[in-house]
Amino acid sequence: MEETIQKTQTEKIKPPVVSIGIIGWVKANLFNGWFNSALTIVTLYLLWKTIPPLFRWAFIDSVWRTTGAACRDTGGACWSIVTENLRFILFGFFPYELQWRPLLAILILFALLFFSRDRKYWKKLLGYAWIAGLFIMGLLMKGGLFGLTPVESTQWGGLPLTLLLSVFGLTAAYPLGVVLALGRQSKMRAIKLICIVYIELIRGVPLISLLFMASIIFPLFLPEGLTINKILRAQVAIILFTAAYIAEVVRGGLQGMSLGQYEAAESLGLNYYLTMRLVILPQALKIVIPPTVSILISAFKDTSLVVIIALYDLLKTTQTVLSNPEWMGFSREVYLFVAILYFLGCFSMSNFSRKLEKELSRGD
Amino acid sequence: MVSLPSENIMGNNISEKTPFWLDPKKRSIFFQLLTLCMVGLLGYYLVSNTLQNLERQSIATGFGFLQKESSFEIGESLVDYSAASSYGRALIVGALNTLYVSSVGIIITVILGTFIGVSRLSSNWLVSKLASIYIEVMQDIPVLLQLFFWYAIFYETFPSPRQALNPVPGLFVCNRGVAFTIPEAHSAHAYMALAFFAAGIIVYLLRRWSRKRQERTGQLFPVFRVSVGLLLGLPLLTWWMAGAPTELNMPKLVGFNFIGGLTLSPEFIALLLGLVLYTAAFVAEVVRAGIQSVSKGQTEAAMSLGLRPPMVLNLVILPQALRVIIPPLTSQMLNLTKNSSLAVAIGFPDFVSVANTTINQTGQAIEGVALIMLVYLIFSLLTSAFMNWYNKRAALVER
Repeated sequence: MEETIQKTQTEKIKPPVVSIGIIGWVKANLFNGWFNSALTIVTLYLLWKTIPPLFRWAFIDSVWRTTGAACRDTGGACWSIVTENLRFILFGFFPYELQWRPLLAILILFALLFFSRDRKYWKKLLGYAWIAGLFIMGLLMKGGLFGLTPVESTQWGGLPLTLLLSVFGLTAAYPLGVVLALGRQSKMRAIKLICIVYIELIRGVPLISLLFMASIIFPLFLPEGLTINKILRAQVAIILFTAAYIAEVVRGGLQGMSLGQYEAAESLGLNYYLTMRLVILPQALKIVIPPTVSILISAFKDTSLVVIIALYDLLKTTQTVLSNPEWMGFSREVYLFVAILYFLGCFSMSNFSRKLEKELSRGD
Repeated sequence: MVSLPSENIMGNNISEKTPFWLDPKKRSIFFQLLTLCMVGLLGYYLVSNTLQNLERQSIATGFGFLQKESSFEIGESLVDYSAASSYGRALIVGALNTLYVSSVGIIITVILGTFIGVSRLSSNWLVSKLASIYIEVMQDIPVLLQLFFWYAIFYETFPSPRQALNPVPGLFVCNRGVAFTIPEAHSAHAYMALAFFAAGIIVYLLRRWSRKRQERTGQLFPVFRVSVGLLLGLPLLTWWMAGAPTELNMPKLVGFNFIGGLTLSPEFIALLLGLVLYTAAFVAEVVRAGIQSVSKGQTEAAMSLGLRPPMVLNLVILPQALRVIIPPLTSQMLNLTKNSSLAVAIGFPDFVSVANTTINQTGQAIEGVALIMLVYLIFSLLTSAFMNWYNKRAALVER
């Protein structure tokens, strides 16, 4: 029975072995044409020259839990600088026995961010969860209530400070940016002018000049006796800076709205506030989600600039470790570690943006 | 109870005058006045506070300090400068250093970024993957961290000047910087620069002429080959006519450091490396997007008209891709210039770093920060003026 079927079927001719499977793939993607073949060989040679020694340095010859002195005798990477100083790098001068508090705050933040990834959860509840979360995080950092020992903000440092500057910077900059964008599109000349001057002025200068302003000049602006804490001043500078960039992105979205939307809203009898809130902004802000995320990414990276005005963020605690004679000279390892932390943060944000872009372009 | 304006129109009392708070024109004037007043009051409050504080702390005001003696040294300078020079001159030195590092950085970035962007689109899987890894990784690490990293690498990896690495004759690498051999200064060099400039003008005129001729008669002129020939040939001819000076200025180890040749400091190299490697990742994305924006049909159409590949690139693809590439590319260049202000963190004497020293010495923070902002504003206004000009010129004219 089986044989008859076999016979009636036409004989299947498989494609030649060199054009399918791994060989076919290699041929099509790496060795199509003499130029690509040469390119592949040169690249492979370069990789072979660099990757194995690097791997050897990072994993085989490396030491993970030793003292600084022991590190100097090995030829490989001294990851001990990271493992031995991890808590200082991550939490700075936060009292040692209380460091579970910033850790918990970071975990809460990550949990909130994780749930915010999915648009399914974008409901009122998530908004309340954020408000409650931010409050709890602030409480954990600051202490003073419910029997938590108060911790001065001058002792905050490391990763919590970096995250604090970015999260509060972004949440405050976003509404400000939207207001500025609306102002720039406004028909009222004076308001439009103020917004344009503000946006162009801020976008024209480097963040570092604003941070200088916050750290040196801002105290001069205040009446005698009134001082504002340094972290807050840097935070304000970051907010003012990011808002200008967000404003430009949002303006792009507003300009992308067709005039018909405004006219339709007007013909329904909506006033300016309602038109914006119910018709224009929900659509405009949705268009600009991907560019907004890239602004968020650069704002996250830019928080590292507070090193220059001597705030103890992640980068500054790292440098403090390096200035300790015991660990001097192991910059590569510890900077790589910090780079990985930043990379993970930015990469997950940009991945999120790509995912969102795909979802939005699908039209749901 | 305030009624909506629509009710006024719909209702029967149309003839009744609209109350002034419902008249959009008057309302808008009121809001504008209110905003202006608030901004003005805020400004007045801040200025009066500042003036009081300045007086109380007896800080001098005004730009008089620019003429005073600076009494600090600057590591590297393009013009004559010493501690006896004025603050004004120190700031000029800083501004020139900023311009220097950004212009060198921009040139290298554009070349490297284009290379990576094209590699990203390569049909070679390995090359394209490596390029995309580079782009993703470099974009996601703060540029300041990269600067620190390269600076530390320089200090920790390379030996002291006495044991300087000497990979090729005339090039020394040590932790004090990189020393190159350069041609001995000769009057011919100035003439060569002049000849190069003249060749540039001739090339520009030649291109215009050839385009006009092509539009009129259809005849082609080998512009590219002639341009390259002119740009290289004229300076070489000048060099030969000036007696072909071939003397070299070799760096020599004297005491603890290299004398002679051209020495680039570790700060400069770390700054340049960090800025270039970081910005090149963004430029690569810009270039990739630009090339991908020209649809494949354009290439096929041009080919079917019988154009050869270089002409397809030159006449069809590049003009369209550049329209997409140039605006974001300019803003990346501006970003590089603004990021060069991070030099202050690794001690390269750029404008911000010199201004910072000035602020610390004179205490005149307001003037110092205002100068920083002013200089960068000028840079960015010039850039956006260029961009507007280019956009107007390159904008798609649709019929």
